[in-house]
Amino acid sequence: MSMLAYPGGSGRGRLEAVIDAGSALLKAPAVAGFADVPFAEKQRLVDEVMADMRYPDYLYGCYECGICVAACPSARFYDFSPRRIAQASAREDVELMYQQMEEDIWECSQCFSCVRCPRGNNPGGIITIMREVAVNNGLGSARKALEGYTRIIYKIMSTGTQVSPDMLQPDAFPDWGPEVKDVSENLDVWRRMLPPETMHTTSTGWDVDPRTLIELYLIWFETGALDMIKKVDEGLHMILEEVMEERLEEEGIER
Amino acid sequence: MTIPVQLLLKKKEHFERDEHHVPSDFHEELFRLEAEGEWVVQRVPEPYIEVATKYGRPKKIPVAGMWHHKSCGQCGHIPGYSTSIYWVMRRLGIDYNDPRDQTSCTAWNYYASATSNAAAQAAVALRNFSAAYETGYFPLIHCGTSYGHYKEVREELLHHPALRAQVRSVLGKLGKQMVMPEEIIHYSEWFYAMRDRIAAAQVLDFSGIAVTVHPACHYYKLVEGDAIYDPDIYGGQRTAIVTGLVQALGAEVRTYSTWFDCCGFGFRHILVQRDFTRSFATQRKIEVMKEEANPDVVLTHDTGCVTTLDKSQFAAQAHNKNVGVPVMSEAQFAALAMGAHPYKVCQLHWHSTDYRPLLEKMGIDWREAWAEFERDADKLRRGDQQFLTWEDVDA
Ligand code: SF4
Ligand code: SF4
Repeated sequence: MSMLAYPGGSGRGRLEAVIDAGSALLKAPAVAGFADVPFAEKQRLVDEVMADMRYPDYLYGCYECGICVAACPSARFYDFSPRRIAQASAREDVELMYQQMEEDIWECSQCFSCVRCPRGNNPGGIITIMREVAVNNGLGSARKALEGYTRIIYKIMSTGTQVSPDMLQPDAFPDWGPEVKDVSENLDVWRRMLPPETMHTTSTGWDVDPRTLIELYLIWFETGALDMIKKVDEGLHMILEEVMEERLEEEGIER
Repeated sequence: MTIPVQLLLKKKEHFERDEHHVPSDFHEELFRLEAEGEWVVQRVPEPYIEVATKYGRPKKIPVAGMWHHKSCGQCGHIPGYSTSIYWVMRRLGIDYNDPRDQTSCTAWNYYASATSNAAAQAAVALRNFSAAYETGYFPLIHCGTSYGHYKEVREELLHHPALRAQVRSVLGKLGKQMVMPEEIIHYSEWFYAMRDRIAAAQVLDFSGIAVTVHPACHYYKLVEGDAIYDPDIYGGQRTAIVTGLVQALGAEVRTYSTWFDCCGFGFRHILVQRDFTRSFATQRKIEVMKEEANPDVVLTHDTGCVTTLDKSQFAAQAHNKNVGVPVMSEAQFAALAMGAHPYKVCQLHWHSTDYRPLLEKMGIDWREAWAEFERDADKLRRGDQQFLTWEDVDA
């Protein structure tokens, strides 16, 4: 164990925390941007990450070489590092992994450039699992990261296609140039001018068969994916559940 | 001590396939599970073309009879991407199936929000595979994200019996069977395998066109042993996809130093944190390409990459950044080479960057083409006609 000093702001004085030598990046609770929880709770979350069947395939120890960092777009533009993710996991550093789940994981671009790791690690994959655990447990970071994103979840889960032509509105994409306005103003005609018959739609990417959608809803129910939404957005969960149950009922499908 | 740059660069010139470092072929396990009754393996239909993957294993690419697994981002926001894939196949007289019994892979959302899990993702994949199998057509995956994700799903299912059991139980409730295709095939692999036939149908001379290629991360970084490489293209160091096709079409491919970087899409970033996406796409990709290669067009082969590299340039212009190069898929590029209509087929009016100078260089009169498009649009606006058909776009 070592003592590390944190420079404090005026009036706060010096904050000190007892931490593992390997956790030099660990923030003291007083400066962290998230609520501290008992160690046992952090351990439970970390155990959940490590219990994922994919986890052993994503981590084989770490050379600490930084090749993943050199390849990582998020490391270049954020205070973020896939090496830290791999290191914390390899050391089973519960405190740091918890901090990463509350702070770092949503910066990742999920591009998987880091799988060029010479050790065979997949830091991006570890992050996928950490994110899933963050969602499953309603962590503050997950709720915050998904603010403003819920309409996308609604779209994909209820229609089977994620982005639709009618999302192209100038107020939603002001930085994408004037063509967005042209598209939105001519949407109906321009969609009907697409030669594939499946693509005349405006509220979905293509025309999804109603029967197909019912099958998708059953997948969301049966695999617990729908329940995950409850942990991060109760309102969205209620709406989705209602939409899906109504459709299943109309079809006389009992779950 | 000086850094031995030349030595390092030399080492990177060629990728030597080493028979002692060949990852095991997943087919062995795939067929073993079929023999044990765990799933049906849908065979690649004949005739097929064999191409080499990274470590030399041949991959079968069917010539015809494909079930088009569409991309929501392409169909929704870059529709000319999808229509160009269809148009090229139709032009070559190739039979296909454009299904309604298809959902998105839902992986864009998964990589963005993690509001799903391995079982749900695998069930979505196998539901689609099963739907394809029922039609007798073989899945062709339009989206790089879907392609990469489905390869991941295949790996997970191959190695985790409990996951297979869970997915089997879910699919059973849907009345679907467990089906895994013999190969998971990306549309750009088909374009690569068919590049000589595509070039034979070319009507425009592209020898004056300079191209930079952005290889899509999820195509070749995820389950890397399954992506296509050719020792003669970039010394086998980068995937041969897109570049091989562009060379066959006679255009000039120019290289740039940040080719390995992603585009900046980020899945959630492109939707709710676009400051990152814009900065990365312009500073690490477009500006570097402009400075080092000055291309007439950037070609890539994935939904997210076309979207990101195209849409991110508009805002950067306000900061006097060295941007302003059109972006499209190689499917649209090939279709243009074969004489496709830039608006009725390639749908370039959905793109953000200015593609008109490129069309002029290709010898395409975009003013006349737009006037034709507008005349057809008016027919629909007046109610003379409800839809534009394939026959109309080639009239
Ligand atoms: S995760 Fe891999 S690439 Fe990153 S530092 Fe560790 S060994 Fe190196
Ligand atoms: S997947 Fe995440 S951690 Fe890995 S290189 Fe991409 S952004 Fe970095």
